[in-house]
Amino acid sequence: MMRMLKTMPPTAILGVLVILAYAVIALFAPLFAPYGEAQIVGAQFEPWSATYPFGTDTLGRDMLSRLIWGARNTVGVALVTTALAFGIGAIAGLLAAALGGWVDLVLSRLVDVLMAVPALILTLLALSALGPGVMNLIAVVAVLDSTRVFRLARATAMNVMVMDYVEAAHLRGEGIWWTITREVLPNISAPLIAEFGLRFCFVFLTISALSFLGLGLPPPMADWGAMVRDNAALITFGDITPLLPAACIAVLTVSVNFVVDWMLHRASGLKD
Amino acid sequence: MLLNIENLKVEPRGEEGWTPILHGVDLKVARGEVVGLIGESGAGKSTLGLAALGFVQGGLRFAGGRVLFDGTDLLQLPERQRRAFRGRRVAYVAQSAAASFNPAWRLLDQFCEGPAIHHTASRAESENFARQLYAAMHLPDPEHFGLRFPHQVSGGQLQRAMVAMAMACKPDLIVFDEPTTALDVTTQIGVLAAIREAVETTGTAAIYITHDLAVVAQMADRIKVMRHGREVEEALTRQMIGAPKQDYTRSLWAVREFRRPERALPQASAPAISIREVTAGYSTLDVLSDVSFDIPRGATVAVVGESGSGKSTTARVITGLLPPRLGSISLNGTALPPRLAQRTLEQKRAVQMIYQMADTALNPRQTIRQILSRPLQFYLGLTGKARETRLMELMEQIELDPARFLDRLPGELSGGQKQRIGIARALAADPEFIICDEVTSALDQLVAEGILRLLSKVQDETGASYMFITHDIATVRAIADEVVVMKGGRVMDRGPKPDVLDPPRHDYTRELLASVPQMDPDWLTHRIAEGRVAGDEP
Repeated sequence: MMRMLKTMPPTAILGVLVILAYAVIALFAPLFAPYGEAQIVGAQFEPWSATYPFGTDTLGRDMLSRLIWGARNTVGVALVTTALAFGIGAIAGLLAAALGGWVDLVLSRLVDVLMAVPALILTLLALSALGPGVMNLIAVVAVLDSTRVFRLARATAMNVMVMDYVEAAHLRGEGIWWTITREVLPNISAPLIAEFGLRFCFVFLTISALSFLGLGLPPPMADWGAMVRDNAALITFGDITPLLPAACIAVLTVSVNFVVDWMLHRASGLKD
Repeated sequence: MLLNIENLKVEPRGEEGWTPILHGVDLKVARGEVVGLIGESGAGKSTLGLAALGFVQGGLRFAGGRVLFDGTDLLQLPERQRRAFRGRRVAYVAQSAAASFNPAWRLLDQFCEGPAIHHTASRAESENFARQLYAAMHLPDPEHFGLRFPHQVSGGQLQRAMVAMAMACKPDLIVFDEPTTALDVTTQIGVLAAIREAVETTGTAAIYITHDLAVVAQMADRIKVMRHGREVEEALTRQMIGAPKQDYTRSLWAVREFRRPERALPQASAPAISIREVTAGYSTLDVLSDVSFDIPRGATVAVVGESGSGKSTTARVITGLLPPRLGSISLNGTALPPRLAQRTLEQKRAVQMIYQMADTALNPRQTIRQILSRPLQFYLGLTGKARETRLMELMEQIELDPARFLDRLPGELSGGQKQRIGIARALAADPEFIICDEVTSALDQLVAEGILRLLSKVQDETGASYMFITHDIATVRAIADEVVVMKGGRVMDRGPKPDVLDPPRHDYTRELLASVPQMDPDWLTHRIAEGRVAGDEP
């Protein structure tokens, strides 16, 4: 562990620290936030002051508190969505690679169809049909995002499936589940974990974008994307408050990418 | 002196700083001379060969010494000027021609690239020269041969085209790095003859790197034996072959002498495996036609032939991976279901397999303990103490220390050790029949001999039958009781080893045996004189 820390580049260390900070804030949001998530504490658009460090928003809610609560909502939802996307994509991809034949054919063509339509448009369409709501949001984004995980899992698993040790397991009479979990999965975990980080960024951005468009997390939940939209008017008065949630999104995305870069590098086996 | 390497040191970046790979090696090559470099893998042969081009592989560095080429120290030159030497004055022929050619370019275009970069000849001149060389190397239709793409010619032809390409700028020195190792013996002899002829007619000097003594004996004027990055000994070829001085050199010579002691086979009623009139293939293409042979209980049957002869396909049919189109396989007299999925656990347990590449046959993410425990648990239901005891027995059987190896990953083992684990995994199932698919061909000769000895010992202990797939006649002579000779998916000849090989009774067996290089330095000369190296595969 210490050795790993020593060999980590400074960017990766910075990334890990920032991610940890976000995690702590999200987990202990009630402790950090001075006010409640939907609590109206003052007048609309109050300026920055000692009571309201970042002022208040359109409805007079404390901006700092909403940023802190937003970490919990936005990051939490993105994390659940990514995990779900990975569950669907990785299992389908591994099955397609292991079983081949018509299973592979059906799954791959289905994924092709989903990928052929621009993701944001399809998301908007599905959300309008299903109606807004946290569960619908998670389900739709996860299914659409799992297509890319499927492709990666299938491609990497295919490379492992042709190895003699997989054939040896097959000859031994091992079942499909054993082959997938014991022989294949450990050998493709590195690229999959790295992809998890990248996918998380994209899911996070997608959800923020959807919130900005009004199809994200339903009000009054604090959500960084929606917070940018709600307070966007302030920009015209030279107030940078609406940029704060945007900055939160940017900093987390960059940090995750730092860590993912480092993991990809390790997975690729390059020495320097 | 054309090339004079003095006290050369090369180091790779290791766990703790730089650890040497060449510990100060000298190498001299005179104009027109062929020097053979020989040794096991990891001896530093290739590193030394590449150093003649002033080149080290990625992750390595020159740590001392000089590489004087025609009086210029290549190591002192900036990379730009060194590059002017490569291809123009020193050329390199790699082991795998297929991996060294750009698949998207025609052979002739790749041939002309060198002369164009170094401005040694115009396009028309180099095209003419290419045709001359193609003709000299007995390539088919030399006028138009260069218009083909790499995938349109056979492996042997591609290797010859590669040799021709190395000569495109008429270099003073060519480094051949195991140019025939990946080829079948019947193809190899043609390439060897082509290289010999090209070197002799152009008078270029050469460094010939190989691990095959018999090959280097044909090609080199002088042989240098290397081990662990140091020189073991160096002498003129005839002197070296006649009277090697060092023990290590003598042990290299002795490897080919391994013979399993004669033994009486038990007269069992039914053969362990019986293959009856099997025809099998992929979609409409039959790779095997009407193949029949038996593997008696407790015996080793060597299946020999060049690549594409159907050896491995036969193994796939026996294991059930490829159901035959016609014919049947039986185990101990009972017919086996053609498909793996239809076979019982007991039938699967009885037939085990050992693979050629131990690297890909062992899961890199599982420890040796996990790898060996699985069949014990899966087939025999062993757990806890009983499994641990059996693990110890297995490790003892393959002569590896359980305390040292059981908790390691395959990546931490040497090639020979990995192959031993592969053997142990097969033995763990307590099988009646083991398919050994080229199990020694990826190993150094000394290590391979150890594996052959181990397999013989294990057979004496367990009474398992082996089907030993190989292309190497020396291995067949060492271990087989019976021999099956295959070509083009058909059985050419089969029977007890002496009947099939001594003397060879089938024409193809004779050709196969005649193509195996002998230690006699005049062997290739005689073969060429006899006109036995037409070697032009279809």
